[in-house]
Amino acid sequence: MNPNQPEQTVDVSRRRFLVGSIAGVTGLTVGLSLPLGASQEPGVDAFEDEINAWVIVNEDDSVIVRVARSEMGQGTLTGLVQMVAEELACDWDKVTWEFPTPGQSLARDRPWGSFSTGGSRGIRDSHQYVREGGAIARELLLAAAAQTWSVAIKDCVAKDSVITHLPTGNSTTFGAVATLAATLKAPSDVTLKDPADWTVIGQSVPRLDTAEKVTGALRYGADLTLPGMLHAAIHACPVHGGKRRGVDASAAKSMPGVRHVLSVADDAVAVVADSWWQAKQALAKVNIEWDTGTNGQVNSRTIAAMLREGLEATDAFVGNSRGQTLETLADAEELVTAEYSYPFQNHAPMEPMNATVVWTDQSCEAWVPTQNGEAALEALADAAGLFRDKCEVHKLMLGGGFGRRANHDFLIQATQIAKQLPGVPVKLLWSREEDQLRGVYHPITQSRMTAKLNDDGLPEAMHIRISGQSILHALRAPLGEPQIDQAVFQALAPEGEHAFVYGIDHFLADHAMRNTHLRPWFLRGVNINQNVFYLESFLDELAAKAVTDPLEYRRKLLTQAPKALAVLERAAANAGWGRPLAPGSGLGLALCKAFGSYVAACAEVSVIDGELHMKKIWAATDPGYAVNPQQIEAQVSGSFMYGLSAALYSELTVENGRVEQENFNSYPSMKIAQMPDVETDVMPSGGFWGGVGEPTIAVAAPAVLNAVYAATGVRIRHLPVKNQPLA
Amino acid sequence: MLELLVNGEKVSVDVDPSTPLLWVLRDHLDMTGTKYGCGIAQCGACTIHLDGVATRCCVLPVSAAQGKAITTIEGLSAEGDHPVQQAWIELDTPQCGYCQPGMIMAAAALLNETPQPTDDDINQRITNLCRCGTFVRVRAGIHRAAELASEVKA
Ligand code: FES
Ligand code: FES
Repeated sequence: MNPNQPEQTVDVSRRRFLVGSIAGVTGLTVGLSLPLGASQEPGVDAFEDEINAWVIVNEDDSVIVRVARSEMGQGTLTGLVQMVAEELACDWDKVTWEFPTPGQSLARDRPWGSFSTGGSRGIRDSHQYVREGGAIARELLLAAAAQTWSVAIKDCVAKDSVITHLPTGNSTTFGAVATLAATLKAPSDVTLKDPADWTVIGQSVPRLDTAEKVTGALRYGADLTLPGMLHAAIHACPVHGGKRRGVDASAAKSMPGVRHVLSVADDAVAVVADSWWQAKQALAKVNIEWDTGTNGQVNSRTIAAMLREGLEATDAFVGNSRGQTLETLADAEELVTAEYSYPFQNHAPMEPMNATVVWTDQSCEAWVPTQNGEAALEALADAAGLFRDKCEVHKLMLGGGFGRRANHDFLIQATQIAKQLPGVPVKLLWSREEDQLRGVYHPITQSRMTAKLNDDGLPEAMHIRISGQSILHALRAPLGEPQIDQAVFQALAPEGEHAFVYGIDHFLADHAMRNTHLRPWFLRGVNINQNVFYLESFLDELAAKAVTDPLEYRRKLLTQAPKALAVLERAAANAGWGRPLAPGSGLGLALCKAFGSYVAACAEVSVIDGELHMKKIWAATDPGYAVNPQQIEAQVSGSFMYGLSAALYSELTVENGRVEQENFNSYPSMKIAQMPDVETDVMPSGGFWGGVGEPTIAVAAPAVLNAVYAATGVRIRHLPVKNQPLA
Repeated sequence: MLELLVNGEKVSVDVDPSTPLLWVLRDHLDMTGTKYGCGIAQCGACTIHLDGVATRCCVLPVSAAQGKAITTIEGLSAEGDHPVQQAWIELDTPQCGYCQPGMIMAAAALLNETPQPTDDDINQRITNLCRCGTFVRVRAGIHRAAELASEVKA
């Protein structure tokens, strides 16, 4: 578009228009789909040709599978399509995909279930109904063929998009019977394939979204262009909870390209201009006076002191208690104790937060990279002051999410801006600095670990005290008094997907909740990141105290946890545990059960002149069923990068209530030179569905730091590592 | 009006000469393959070739690109089949993909100068960030692209 064109409102009389080069990008139709001001349900006419909500078959046999979960790099899109295709029995090479919209979901009573994409849940929470969706579509196609031939359905089979009538050998294709199939009534129940018969699930098929990612053709939210669109840059109070007191925009208003300087909510100022660069330049010239209140007096030292007090507190929420832990510890002649800490961290996905919104008093539409389309629709409708059925959200591919894009603060801001400019599409793009300062962060915690060893040197009793923030409390805060946050005990829980795997007779995990004004949020891995770092490091300390090999030590505690033991043994064996190493080199182990999967890592490092070199990590993952092993490998490898980047460098410090690290120069991320080689053993044992996007993050830091200990005798108990000498 | 040579085509833009080339490409020419990640030359998402040299254009005033050949990801190959792109597809390198145009441009520039790069060459020359952590496949992809390129020549 020409940014110098006069401000214009979009032509709302056209039902749908396609925008420039975006049209034709796989699975994505960008355009105003709402008949603004009309009462028609959003996009219902788009569904005439479908076999069912999940599957569209075109005459040429091409198949479109609808996927409700978001794609942010984790590969869920391809995995979910594999599951539909498996049951559909279509030719994999003819498959493409599309995102249904949250508005369509609303209008159709949620045929695709949840849109929420987080908690490594994309596959494991939807495998059943997604496969059923494919199976029902297959049955409808079979029924259509049978009806055409006047034969019994049970004599027809489907394979690779071809339907064959077994007695006669007659055959037809999905495309030939699709129109009829679309008119038939769906069977009320279907039988799913036995996992032993899978031919698509379990295969390392290539991702469906790679081609446009290597040519630059894929449009992310940040790349969106709509006719007449204006660009917005925003600055919100860098002290969370602070308010806007005064604004002097006189210098900014006369700068080139600037259309509007707007107040947004009670804590932000936005500049709307012809191009984003102009908006950002002008925003820097707006003088804003903030009222930061008492939050403005908080700093890293005051937060650390508050957490430290929590380590001693008598009052704490109990997340897991077995045996008589405190009594056993009180009776001990000797205790082993250690204190650990884990800092605030930011998600920092490569694509900064953004949303494009067009608002009128009749309807509102948004284009958003979001991890949860339905929640985005709700946030949009709320901010727009309209009913949800007058609003629509178009999901785009995410340039990274890591949990950040499950929070829609940026979308709310974009809507508040658009509302002040009726009919004008506005794209709000945060700067990297805004992304850092207005993050929702990985919670800060400290821990005190206490153990009593028995005569064999094994922990008879262990107490893990966690002191720090609660994400769920921040979400529930309007409801009042703190209640227990079970999520704090991920990987330490009594049972379930985050069960504590070790057999220790007296075990207590409790949480002294200590909150700050910095907003805590789900960050890839969530609370396993610190919990497993605390636990697996401390176990290594106990093994050292007992003068026992760390693998042997864990084995003795895992006699009742065969699946956990299996991944640990595999990682250790693949790494050649016990082999002789050069001086200054070491191997380190870590293990956890998280998000339903069992994961282990064995890291090899060397420390030369105090400098850490991470040579290689051997990982083992048992997710129950493995839908796409090569994508699991990619997730495991990426998890090491994310987890180690966090462990080595990532720390947000606070001064005068605000975060000090504003960009990648002060908040560094790992580069290829530091990245260890990763070898992943995907070892699905069957019978359950575990997540793969997050669990490995948790073992990254402890495996490497246990290796550092093996190499140097230096025990790192506080992250990030960068602040401490290794020699 | 400023004259630029982008992917072999002459274009003219009406823009303040101090505007970084990144925003001229994205907001004025609607060529959005080149990404914004940091704006301070730290992440490499905005990497393009300026007369064949990998350049982070978020800090490059457009005036400094005048008279030089600008190549963006859109112009790296006509069919999306540059050896680096082929290798990336073969290995399924991208995850979210947002960093990949910059990563690919950096890799292509490295291979231009050093057709058979060692791991050390890669460590020194590829300093782009990737928050999804695709580095293991990026490294393998660069070696594979080197192979593909030498096959073409042979
Ligand atoms: S945007 Fe240019 S280096 Fe990050
Ligand atoms: S692939 Fe997502 S940032 Fe690199």
